[in-house]
Amino acid sequence: MSEPASEQVLRVDAYPTHEVGGYRVRAGKPFPFGANVVPGGVSFSVFSDQATSMTLVIYKRGEPEPTAELEFPQEFRTGSVFAMTVFGLDHENIEYGYRADGPYDPVTGHRFDARQVLSDPYARLIAGRDVWGVEPDRSRGYQYRSRVCLQDFDWGDDTPLGIPAEDLVVYETHVRGFTRHPSSQVTAPGTFAGLREKIPYLKELGINCIELLPVFEFDESDNPRTNPETGEQLFDYWGYNTVSFFAPKAGYAATGRYGMQGDEFRTLIKDLHAAGIEVILDVVFNHTAEGNEQGPTISFKGLDNATYYMLTPEGYYFNFSGTGNTVNCNHPVVRNFVLDCLRHWVADYHIDGFRFDLAAILGRSPDGTPLPNPPLLELLAYDPVLRHTKLIAEAWDAGGLYEVGNFPAYGRWAEWNGKYRDTVRSFLKGDPGVTGELATRLAGSPDLYSSRGTSASVNFLTAHDGFSLADLVSYNDKHNEANGEGNNDGGNDNASWNCGAEGPTDDPEVGALRLRQMKNALAILFTSQGIPMLLSGDEVARTQQGNNNTYCQDNELSWFDWSQVDENSELLRFTREMIAFRKRHRELRSTSHPTGQLRDTLGLPDISWHGERAWQPDWSAESRLLAVARCGTGDDDVVYAAMNSHWEAHDLELPALPGGRSWHLFADTGAEAPHDIRTPGAELELENAGKYLIGPRSVVILVGRTPDTEL
Amino acid sequence: MTLNVKERRNKTGIVLVATGEINSETSGSLLQTLLPLVREGRPLRIDLTAVTYVSSAGLRTLLVVYREAQHAGVAVTLYGVSEEVRFVMSATGFLDFFSTGEAEAAAAKTAAKTPAKTAAKAAR
Repeated sequence: MSEPASEQVLRVDAYPTHEVGGYRVRAGKPFPFGANVVPGGVSFSVFSDQATSMTLVIYKRGEPEPTAELEFPQEFRTGSVFAMTVFGLDHENIEYGYRADGPYDPVTGHRFDARQVLSDPYARLIAGRDVWGVEPDRSRGYQYRSRVCLQDFDWGDDTPLGIPAEDLVVYETHVRGFTRHPSSQVTAPGTFAGLREKIPYLKELGINCIELLPVFEFDESDNPRTNPETGEQLFDYWGYNTVSFFAPKAGYAATGRYGMQGDEFRTLIKDLHAAGIEVILDVVFNHTAEGNEQGPTISFKGLDNATYYMLTPEGYYFNFSGTGNTVNCNHPVVRNFVLDCLRHWVADYHIDGFRFDLAAILGRSPDGTPLPNPPLLELLAYDPVLRHTKLIAEAWDAGGLYEVGNFPAYGRWAEWNGKYRDTVRSFLKGDPGVTGELATRLAGSPDLYSSRGTSASVNFLTAHDGFSLADLVSYNDKHNEANGEGNNDGGNDNASWNCGAEGPTDDPEVGALRLRQMKNALAILFTSQGIPMLLSGDEVARTQQGNNNTYCQDNELSWFDWSQVDENSELLRFTREMIAFRKRHRELRSTSHPTGQLRDTLGLPDISWHGERAWQPDWSAESRLLAVARCGTGDDDVVYAAMNSHWEAHDLELPALPGGRSWHLFADTGAEAPHDIRTPGAELELENAGKYLIGPRSVVILVGRTPDTEL
Repeated sequence: MTLNVKERRNKTGIVLVATGEINSETSGSLLQTLLPLVREGRPLRIDLTAVTYVSSAGLRTLLVVYREAQHAGVAVTLYGVSEEVRFVMSATGFLDFFSTGEAEAAAAKTAAKTPAKTAAKAAR
């Protein structure tokens, strides 16, 4: 045992009291759960309500068979917690698990099987899937091995950034996919370390928050399917199938084979923070990788099935997640598990926020009924450690619960605004009857979030789940054949439009229209009130070849192709300038919904709607043109955005500006690059002050300012 | 796997040459060796040329030494870090904390190109 640098402090509990299986032990402390290094040994603590006995199983690192099996003496049990300190362990070179004995009676919910070695739900590290894609040895009895982890990372002066929610520009990406492509040119492709090398790119893009698809340990090889065309193995690429909730995925770390994924991930977070970028984790508490009755027993099933899962009266698994099982989130013990987990990621990894996959499930009672006042959601909202983190709900589930706008927020929760996505997509493709709802969405969806403010709405047009932006304008239909499910997987309601040809085409007109449509989408997204979220790669027209459900595609369909940074530099530049524009104009980020009331300083309302004629919006069903003018608070700023999804050009009459201001052109997606967009502050004054011709399917953005003033 | 350490002293400071692996088993005794050397207050170089692996606990031990040295105002330099160890230290962020021989060598090279007078001034 190493001596600390300062003088060794002698503690009474540093001495063993018992001997079990040849190891010196003493009763451990029930809290905290998990394996924790204590003076002279390691304290193990695990909960099981119905287990009749519990055995700690210890392996030398990587060995197939245990070196020791230590049954917890009955006097080491406090309530339903088994806790034991084992002395003399080399914490770095052991793996451990538990055997829990108890009743096997699925009808009453119990599935104890002492033959199984179970992972610790609180394991801070997991071994067994150390390097991505390496075929595991499935003959081993214990696949996902808990490991002990030192928690003494040197954070220096790093703290979470605390960027106001309304100022966020979120970038949703995948740790592996972002740098796995050979074109990434990073030292360790597909890892936390690789992503760290791309921080300058993210900074230059202007985003200030990165949202990572699941990074909790999962098993990419748990997908049994193969690509029907190539025969290649398909993976669980996205990772929404958690094996262990406290452990970062080893296969995402260049140092995972050394068990140093925790430090590598923390180093990434530390450097992202230093670059002014927050980190939000996509977390999956609605189900686990244990599946239904046929699924594997990994941890919860064998430790306390009836506590951790929602079960039918017959003992089967409720399936509100669409994946076989549903976590019993509002059971008091499970609530604490979720809370402990999130606290761990905030306190020990400096995570800034969370996006909750299928979060509607977090509001269901143990029998599946939606709760009016879900204790878990309230608990997370008020928790002292989580108090300033961002909490974002995917406010629906696979059981049909759709709570967009109604998610119990406790003044804290934001939502992925699925209605924003659907409305803007529909408008972009030119559907009739959308203009009225578009206005509501642009203004931060006051119909959904009147009491919560605009930052309750996370606005997005694309996400990992569905078409990429380039595919949204290139495909009418999904093309998911490579997933091996006969094109039956993935959503059918995409509101996409291929611009005249399905998939790749050499037609320059179609290509130009697609590029324009992508710019239109980005221009609308970044001038809408609410938190914008950009899908990684959309800024360079990343394509998934029409696949709208690439959960299993660990290949070029999913990976960020860095050669597109040069090839599609026009779109990248457009995105960068749009993000910079948003940062410059506070009225786009206002936390309160606009009211249409006059602003004292300029005599203009905070928001006004316009059509071909100034002050006369056309709300009719056939209208495909809408312009919005926003007037800032205090900085005399005016931003006018006209959106035309009609296939014909229109003459716009521009509203008159007070105080010697005139309209200056920031962006016109109908113009050829480089005139499509300008650097914010260097907008070009319009020659004809009162009019502007907006082209077919185009967005025009103007700022009202005095000619010699850079805003 | 064991770790052997040998100590050398010269005019400029102390050099500790390590051979083997620095892990949870060996780092305790390494720390016992290093801390008194740090407390002597002379520049310390740790030669890792013959170190094949530094584990998570090993990296922490080196960082503890570095922090103790920082506290005492003593310069600690890692030297001869192998490519693999350097890769691990870089990916996990530990490399950022340390001065390494390569950086020192590069600095010396720059200093050599600088007129002696200016270099001396900079050193002050």
